[in-house]
Amino acid sequence: MKKAAFIAGLLLLVVACKKGAEVLPDLSTLFTGFIKPADFPDPVYDVVANPVSEAQFELGKKLFNDARLSRNNTIACSSCHIQSSGFTQHGHDVSHGVDDRLGTRNSPQIMNLAWNKAFFWDGGVTDLDLQPMAPIENPVEMDEKVPNILEKLRADSKYPGLFKDAYGTDEITSSRFLKSLSAYMIMLISDQSKYDSVRRKQAIFTVAEQRGYTVFKKKCASCHTEPLFTDHSYRNNGLAPSAINDLGRYSITLNASDRYKFKVPSLRNLQYTGPFMHDGRILNLAGVLDHYTGEVTDQGTLDPLLKQADGSLGISLTDADKSDLLSFLNTLNDHTFVRNKLFEP
Amino acid sequence: MNKNIFVAILAISVMACSKDNNTATDNNAKGVLSVEFDNIVGNKTLQLNTGDYINALGQSFKITRLQYYISNIKVTNEAGVEYVVPQDSSYFLILGDDRSSRFAKVNVPEGDYKKLSFIVGVDSLRSTMPVENRTGVLDPTGDHAGAGMYWTWNSGYVFFKMEGTSDAVPGAAHKFYYHIGLYGGSDPASPTINNIKEISLDLTQGGISQVRSGFRSNVHLLVDVLKALNGQTNVSFAEKPTVMVDEYSRNIASNYVHMFAHDHTENGVKDESEL
Ligand code: HEC
Ligand code: HEC
Repeated sequence: MKKAAFIAGLLLLVVACKKGAEVLPDLSTLFTGFIKPADFPDPVYDVVANPVSEAQFELGKKLFNDARLSRNNTIACSSCHIQSSGFTQHGHDVSHGVDDRLGTRNSPQIMNLAWNKAFFWDGGVTDLDLQPMAPIENPVEMDEKVPNILEKLRADSKYPGLFKDAYGTDEITSSRFLKSLSAYMIMLISDQSKYDSVRRKQAIFTVAEQRGYTVFKKKCASCHTEPLFTDHSYRNNGLAPSAINDLGRYSITLNASDRYKFKVPSLRNLQYTGPFMHDGRILNLAGVLDHYTGEVTDQGTLDPLLKQADGSLGISLTDADKSDLLSFLNTLNDHTFVRNKLFEP
Repeated sequence: MNKNIFVAILAISVMACSKDNNTATDNNAKGVLSVEFDNIVGNKTLQLNTGDYINALGQSFKITRLQYYISNIKVTNEAGVEYVVPQDSSYFLILGDDRSSRFAKVNVPEGDYKKLSFIVGVDSLRSTMPVENRTGVLDPTGDHAGAGMYWTWNSGYVFFKMEGTSDAVPGAAHKFYYHIGLYGGSDPASPTINNIKEISLDLTQGGISQVRSGFRSNVHLLVDVLKALNGQTNVSFAEKPTVMVDEYSRNIASNYVHMFAHDHTENGVKDESEL
């Protein structure tokens, strides 16, 4: 190829690109509807019966960020589930609600919820559509009633129109209200971490990350199962009972074998979501690993996976294993997710 | 009353009855069957807030709130054939403070029915249906006129709710709360306890239900709510003032299956004012 032609070609390309950058919309804000990531399992939420339209998504987002969902119009869902913190209340061990009342549990991530078969640390809520009622009615969270909220929305100048865009008529019903919140929440999909790129063969792990992944698969993955990093079961990972003696799953089933069991949480986006565990008792990941290696206690329902053949409790990890594990866990952070403009109000 | 007139009336009413019995029933035609849940306490009518009652342990109490779900109504005719009321129209919330809620009214094919059955509470199928299929008394977000018959933190309906006061309850307010629910949960791998109870009542003693198109047959039940507290387990207000999601809820549910007794049946009813 002649040098001049090559340069001309290059110039053209640069111009084309520049022009493209100006006219093409920012892809991250483009609404695509619910698309299951190819390497994720089928969702539990019925996305066929409840396809998400852009109008429903936008309405759900507005509701999620609207403090009128609380009794004194001060607390929104997004007050405790903050996007930049992976939709948790970062820095709070237990949640803060209306009148600064404290809850007893740490706000979990609102992420990849379409794959959850139950919600809350104890799995007490079994349908995402019914989930918002719990914080709304909880006196230490939003302390409000859905019928009151619907009245507030009907009296608003914008909402009736938004419900019409989303559902065809401007009727504001409890089921439409709840479905809209679900429409927003199931769209909060995190699948753009380095780990995901490696799975899709678009990136490779560093040597340390790869070693950490090997340790992870051996010591952690039976509970924190890929690619969602939870097997959605209830287990006791050996935490000593909390100050309020939270019995976890037992408070739902009343089955003695469920005492102190909690839903296995996902391990994606841990960089943004601390503190950790159901009551936020562990401040950082080094502390979590120390828990597994040295602080596991048996309250009678300790998971068998945390009992070694020699009778010792917990998981054995060398210092090198720990450092490698931390490198691997770091690949589960999804910057695109916490900064996705589409999710912002 | 003049004896002759009395005999005449008697004759007419016997004729009326036998006439009814002789009418051939049409399986395609439907009539109204209502089940009346008439709440009583022992041998007194229920008087919320004011009535003074006493349990088997000698503890006196008042009832301030009483409400329960009735669902999945079925009837069996004289030939032993069962008719299941379509589920969509088979959910009722009986509210102690609202007399008009005491009838569970359904349409069933014309016929003579000797057996009635229903569920106290809400079946597991409906408990896990999408929210758009749960309207009216089943709307989980609806506060059911303050009834609050849904647990938001342990997804499921409260089947039976009785609240009140008793001096036997320690503390200043002396309040007791019995909220009974739990349908087994939606996760077979991690089930909750199951307090769904089916009640079956033989109607032959109190009078069979003769359902005819154009008329209403009212099966009048006396619901002795004292039996929720007394029976196999005698509930002590002092020891168990609050029972909600609690192993002990099984005892109260097992007690309250005995609350329902068939008293009589009013057939050929044309207007609710006759009841
Ligand atoms: C006062 C803080 C607070 C507010 C306000 C709040 N939440 Fe939460 N949220 C929490 C806490 C704490 C939990 C965990 C509770 C538990 O497990 O018992 C939680 C759990 C959840 C979960 C379950 C996630 C999972 O994986 O199990 C969802 C979904 C959720 N909230 C959505 C919402 C929505 C929608 C709203 C607004 C209607 C809302 N939250 C308002 C604190 C809050
Ligand atoms: C026996 C099952 C099991 C194994 C094995 C296991 N975990 Fe966990 N993990 C859990 C459960 C259950 C919780 C939640 C406990 C709670 O909050 O009460 C949890 C919580 C965590 C959390 C806190 C997450 C959050 O959002 O608060 C981290 C981090 C974590 N585990 C990392 C690991 C690592 C790393 C390994 C391997 C070294 C591991 N786990 C092995 C079951 C397990």
